[in-house]
Amino acid sequence: MTSTGTHDGSLERLKREGRIVVVGASLAGLRAAETMREKGFAGSLTMIGDEPYEPYDRPPLSKQVLLGNAVADHTALPRRRAIEAEWRLGVPATGLDMAARRVELGNGDAVEYDRLLIATGVRARPWPNAEEGALKGVFVLRTRDDGEGLQRALAAGPRRVLVIGAGFTGSEIASACRERGLDVTVAERGDAPLVGALGGVIGAVAAEMHRENGVDLRTGVMVTSLEGDPSGRVRAAHFSDGSTVEADVVVVSLGAQRNTEWLSGSGLGAGPRGIACDAGCRAFDIRGIVTDDIYVAGDVARSPHALFGYQFLSLEHWGNAVAQADTAAHNMLSASADRRPHLWVPAFWSSQFGVNIKSVGVPPMGTEILITQGSLAERRFAAAYGYQGRLIAAVTFDNCRWLPFYEQQIEATAPFPPPFSTVDRRPEGSKPLPADFPDPSVPTHGPTITLSGYSPADRKMTFTPGR
Amino acid sequence: MTQALLREIIDYANRANPYPLYEELRKTPVSHDGDGPYVVSTYYDIHSLLHDPRISSDAKNLKATGDDLLGDQSDEEGTTLPPSFLKLDPPDHDRLRRMTNRPFGPPHAPHRVHDMRDELGGLVSGLIDGIVETGQMDRIDLVDQFAYPFPVSVICRLLGIPREDEPRFHVWAETLAASLDPDPDADPTQRGKGSMDARMELGMYLAGLIEERRKNPGDDMLSQLATADGPDGAMTTMEALSTSALLLIAGHETTVNLITNGMLTLLRHPEALERLRNDPDLAIPIVEELLRYEPPVQLLPQRTTLSDVEVAGVTIPKGASVWLMLASGNRDPKRFENPDRFDPDRKDIQHLGLGSGIHSCFGAPLARQEAQLALSELARRLENPRLLEDPPQYRQNSVLRGPRHLPIACDGIRP
Repeated sequence: MTSTGTHDGSLERLKREGRIVVVGASLAGLRAAETMREKGFAGSLTMIGDEPYEPYDRPPLSKQVLLGNAVADHTALPRRRAIEAEWRLGVPATGLDMAARRVELGNGDAVEYDRLLIATGVRARPWPNAEEGALKGVFVLRTRDDGEGLQRALAAGPRRVLVIGAGFTGSEIASACRERGLDVTVAERGDAPLVGALGGVIGAVAAEMHRENGVDLRTGVMVTSLEGDPSGRVRAAHFSDGSTVEADVVVVSLGAQRNTEWLSGSGLGAGPRGIACDAGCRAFDIRGIVTDDIYVAGDVARSPHALFGYQFLSLEHWGNAVAQADTAAHNMLSASADRRPHLWVPAFWSSQFGVNIKSVGVPPMGTEILITQGSLAERRFAAAYGYQGRLIAAVTFDNCRWLPFYEQQIEATAPFPPPFSTVDRRPEGSKPLPADFPDPSVPTHGPTITLSGYSPADRKMTFTPGR
Repeated sequence: MTQALLREIIDYANRANPYPLYEELRKTPVSHDGDGPYVVSTYYDIHSLLHDPRISSDAKNLKATGDDLLGDQSDEEGTTLPPSFLKLDPPDHDRLRRMTNRPFGPPHAPHRVHDMRDELGGLVSGLIDGIVETGQMDRIDLVDQFAYPFPVSVICRLLGIPREDEPRFHVWAETLAASLDPDPDADPTQRGKGSMDARMELGMYLAGLIEERRKNPGDDMLSQLATADGPDGAMTTMEALSTSALLLIAGHETTVNLITNGMLTLLRHPEALERLRNDPDLAIPIVEELLRYEPPVQLLPQRTTLSDVEVAGVTIPKGASVWLMLASGNRDPKRFENPDRFDPDRKDIQHLGLGSGIHSCFGAPLARQEAQLALSELARRLENPRLLEDPPQYRQNSVLRGPRHLPIACDGIRP
């Protein structure tokens, strides 16, 4: 490759002997490191992770691991190639000095970089009352250790499990419990499971799935407190409707928090919604100026997306982590003219109560929904979401082979409702319904896609300086 | 122009090597003229149409056109067996395929194909031993002596059909497979009648077997199709008949070509054959590359549009006949580097050889296992094998394409 755009040879020097530091040793961090080596990066590569483990895969943790069909420590991510990195595992990054180009670590060490990739992801949102959250038998599910602990608790045969929050993770946990024959109560503040991610029409289908599979589903309620016995073990939960549920395992499944606290005061544009970056994964500083040596990828990134009005999207999606890591790694080692935008169409999947659920696009942006194929009652369907006359997302239940079509339609900014007929169109697919998403200012369990405002490029924005 | 090119592709004279014609075809990704079908020949366009819910597999949605090469085919069925799920759309397609899958594959029967491995190995060894017994190594017809009897035996065991009945259903299967072939020279009325009779006779034959299995169910798929009562309920007798007819025919008319095309290709690429001899695991990537390079199903001539569909700048009107040229897509240079090169080491090989989308090959796991076993054993046992005729004599069929005979010779057969 020639030195396009790098007349001073700095890029070649970076590739030959530069120092790249990746903070976050999970899916995005690993895939980025692999891409960098693939692109000929021969310098030093440091992988920093707060967990003591090398990168592992999370989707099995809420599925096969909970069923006891897979062991948590056997979910290591397969390697695409050797990355010859220096691993700094079991030690968190605690600070960033942007001027000195240095990452500070929890053990007092510091690592210098020429390029930094931040892929610190998210963590489970803990139970708000720390004392109650510390009771024995209270779990969250995000890490390998969480998965292993919860699996053991389920294997011990609790009399009842309470899952707080019916998002994807909460629903998968409930499904696993039922498959293991355990009694389970699910408490959801919204009107239905999955309602924050897929809206009320699909949420109603999910609610039926829970109930038909024997889940004691309580919607429109909050858990107000957890109660322990004298030995410090959880025994009951009190609900906002005045009821009480006795449970000896409680799983708090209230969505995720972005791991950005370590960046506070660093001057990087990082906050509770993630780290803002441009379409090429370069992080913004707090003044809205793009950095040229700090990149972000994965769940912790918030980036503008051309297909969705350049709104900043924060995605907690496996596929996004892989694709964004690849783009970030490419751009880190490229001259400006060779960089490319991260244009991945959001997509995720879930498996619960024997049903395969997949989605593309950004359902929460949709205001209308049309059942284009199959039927809600059979729980085998494809549905399209519309936003201002555009197809913006689609979801399938046990019908995923059609999804690539909808993805293409979204990419082509196709009209909504779709002006064509399809195989398996039923009477219920004759006209769109309101998609029925809850007010986004009142989050339920935390959606897996967060829409968080517009980029400076959006001309609808007017800047009014405060006084 | 298109029509002329299509006629050339269908023309038996070009059967041995249709690939230059496909290359010509790809210059116009969606080609059409007159009353003929819309022919889609590039990888990405075929792939998206296979996932496009505006495309139907049900001939009822086809707007009858005057001079369609296939126009004579659609109405033969109603009178005998209902169409198999191959020719249905959801929800009926999904229901029948799902019910058929219950005794065949994951999640309910994850071990079925895997557990047949030893049995398949035994069949392969037996057939090769049979060649040894003839004592004639200087002229072996790989089709008659191996590539045909192997998948037939497999599908018979799987379904629970007596192997001795093979001569009977062979005739029907051949007639029905031929009916897929858009041969412009065949007399449509006569052919329609022929395939109707064949369907009728095959149906009656299978009905007898199914009746018997209902009384004495065994572990075979016929028994399970006849007696199953899962969440989708039971199949009607007619559904069980058309489904088992589909499995019987598709279960061997395609695999025979995969194995024969495979051996032909390997004999033309001795270095690959040599590598396979030393490393039977190479059969896995070799079979994938074969499915790309010489797919047994060359094209899907049975799709139609439910609405106007725009593909590569061409609007295919509602009710039009659409042909998806799988074998052409597999050689599309926009998708595969050096597509005309047979390369067992090829990475990123998402071919169209088994289709894609909801109609993707139902028997794929079995077909793969059969071909892998067959080719690795032939490579291991035949000493210095060589082609006696190149190209060999092909079958008439342009859809299910493969040699009718594959005469080879070898110096001996290893134990």
